[in-house]
Amino acid sequence: MTAATETPRHEELKGEPGFVARIAENWPVKLIVLIIAALWFIPTLGVLITSFRPRILIDASGWWTVLGDLFDTSAWTLDNYNAVLDGSDFTNSFMNTLAVTIPATVIPITVAAFAAYAFSWMDFRGRQIIFVVVVGLLVVPLQMALIPILRLYTSGAEVFGVTIFPDLDLNGTFLAVWLAHTGFGLPLAVYLLRNYMGSLPSSIIESAKIDGATHFQIFTRLIVPLSVPVLASFAIFQFLWVWNDFLVALVFLGGTPDVRVITIALQGLIGNRGELFHLLTAGAFISMVLPLAVFFSLQRFFVRGLTAGGVKG
Amino acid sequence: MEETPERESVVVEELPPPEDAQPRGGPLLRLLRLQLLRIGATVAVPIVAFIVLWLTFDFLRDAEANRVLVVLVAIVVGVFGVFALYFGMDSLTNLLPEGLREGVRPFVFVGPALVILSVYLVYPAINTTLLSFKDARGNAFVGLDNFTDIFTDSATLISIRNSVIWVIVVPLVAVAVGLGFATLVDKLGRRAEAISKSLIFMPMAISMVGASIVWRFVYSFRPEGFGEQIGLLNGIWQGLGAAPVSWLQQEPWNNLMLMVVLVWLQTGFAMVILSAAIKSVPDDILEAARIDGANEIQVFWRVVFPMISSSIVVVGTTIVITTWKVFDIVWVMTGGRNGTGVVAQQMVTEFFTNKNDGKGAALAVILLVAVIPIMIVNVKRFRAQEEQR
Repeated sequence: MTAATETPRHEELKGEPGFVARIAENWPVKLIVLIIAALWFIPTLGVLITSFRPRILIDASGWWTVLGDLFDTSAWTLDNYNAVLDGSDFTNSFMNTLAVTIPATVIPITVAAFAAYAFSWMDFRGRQIIFVVVVGLLVVPLQMALIPILRLYTSGAEVFGVTIFPDLDLNGTFLAVWLAHTGFGLPLAVYLLRNYMGSLPSSIIESAKIDGATHFQIFTRLIVPLSVPVLASFAIFQFLWVWNDFLVALVFLGGTPDVRVITIALQGLIGNRGELFHLLTAGAFISMVLPLAVFFSLQRFFVRGLTAGGVKG
Repeated sequence: MEETPERESVVVEELPPPEDAQPRGGPLLRLLRLQLLRIGATVAVPIVAFIVLWLTFDFLRDAEANRVLVVLVAIVVGVFGVFALYFGMDSLTNLLPEGLREGVRPFVFVGPALVILSVYLVYPAINTTLLSFKDARGNAFVGLDNFTDIFTDSATLISIRNSVIWVIVVPLVAVAVGLGFATLVDKLGRRAEAISKSLIFMPMAISMVGASIVWRFVYSFRPEGFGEQIGLLNGIWQGLGAAPVSWLQQEPWNNLMLMVVLVWLQTGFAMVILSAAIKSVPDDILEAARIDGANEIQVFWRVVFPMISSSIVVVGTTIVITTWKVFDIVWVMTGGRNGTGVVAQQMVTEFFTNKNDGKGAALAVILLVAVIPIMIVNVKRFRAQEEQR
């Protein structure tokens, strides 16, 4: 209300609508927005509420029945979270997902940043053509790569009897998944970073060169700091993509408890035990916590990255 | 950490070579040496990186190490190792004769990306295409048998039909709701806009597996006499006086139930981009239209819509491609049973469950080939836009 006293007087002259009038203003728009937003939010709300209800009550009544009596403490519990975190290897899978996600986010960014720098600021023959081919690889769906890479991992590759890729028994290692995610993420990363780095003013790079800086110095001390916004937005993309990935982890890491990631552990809760919603809802919520936190805290970068990649290109 | 002094010393020694410096020896010999060094530079970083990473992991695999330790080592090696390798390769390049250095250096920078892309995308694309003409175990060529099989077998035909329906329904609904919501929310106050956008936006951070669980719960079903309905949809359905329905088993409507999940995930994406596009329409144009007597609906269809049409196409095609490749939702919710299969899920089923590599590869090729025309359209549009500038 202090804000109201500070507002300039000419607004009063225009006749600022009262509180009721402001609510009523534009009410059809507000109503539709409210309905759509509710439709989108209610499924998640159901999972959230259920994850805090005792198992017996979950099976006995719909989650919406608690809305009538929110303050009945006997209807709330943390047991489901305890059960998920102790009873299964869910905690392990959370750690595994971290061990997969962080390097699988940083490696493609590093590799793509060096490549994007070369594509924008270094002279070499075939620069344009190679760049176009790299971006063209965006077309290749992940599914194309599954069978050959799995074979490469499990039995190596031979051309006319000569081993060109040794049998390293990579399957089921974190390394296998990092490299796969790096490969699948690179075309988009190179494309986004090259667009951004190429638009930086060439004068600063020229003057750094005149001052005797090497390409490596220009890259690490000038270009990378200047490119933080685009690096951040791609990092969020890649982080969410890898954290939420199911297929790549399923094929290259597999479902053994010592390496499996959280999405596979979640699916295991469905498959093995039927519909145990007290575990499923708590597990689902644990799997969402980190991406949601990253997402909401860095939303600004994420939106910028989306609009840069999607609209303008 | 120990690299810092080393880097400084390189800095002191290194000055960029004069552009016109030429090494001794004939031009042909020089060219040959340059090419060899370029290839060396391209291949060396990834191979060294690979060996280091692999040795670390071999160690980690053997040792029944502490989970936290494994995670920490993985992160350190993955994060700092790769950067250190680029640094090392760049320093090595500095040791080359002056005339060669700047010819080789670009390949130190792009090389690793090219090698990884060759191994993970180019080689597999060629290999899968070849495999699609081979038998179940990938040994003998069988011509077009896999493709004729796909287009005659009822299971794969159903999954192709479903995929086509997915590709039509999901982008259409997601873009329509996203566009409508973005338009309406633009007329609200700032805080109301931010909050309501976040609610639509939130599913974008959730995995398809997580989303599938959320919606399995919504669709949850118990036969009559087996207790209360705990799924929201059946709760409402019963409240309306109807008998509970096993939503995921009702062919063909169960396909729609699955599509809802992807629409729920993708609408936020459409909404964000279209909202940005709507905000970029200049205010004076809108004002001019309003002064000329256009009402809000006319302003939207005659002014805003044409101005954001290219964004709509981009959003639409992006969602089309995502939808075409959808796998997780079907795999987790129904496993493709009850006539809910889609191409990407059928491909994994053929490959892993039926052990039919050839047919799986053929389905992957179908996934790729269908995407190419969309990409060509996108590229053409993009080029046309660039020329207009």
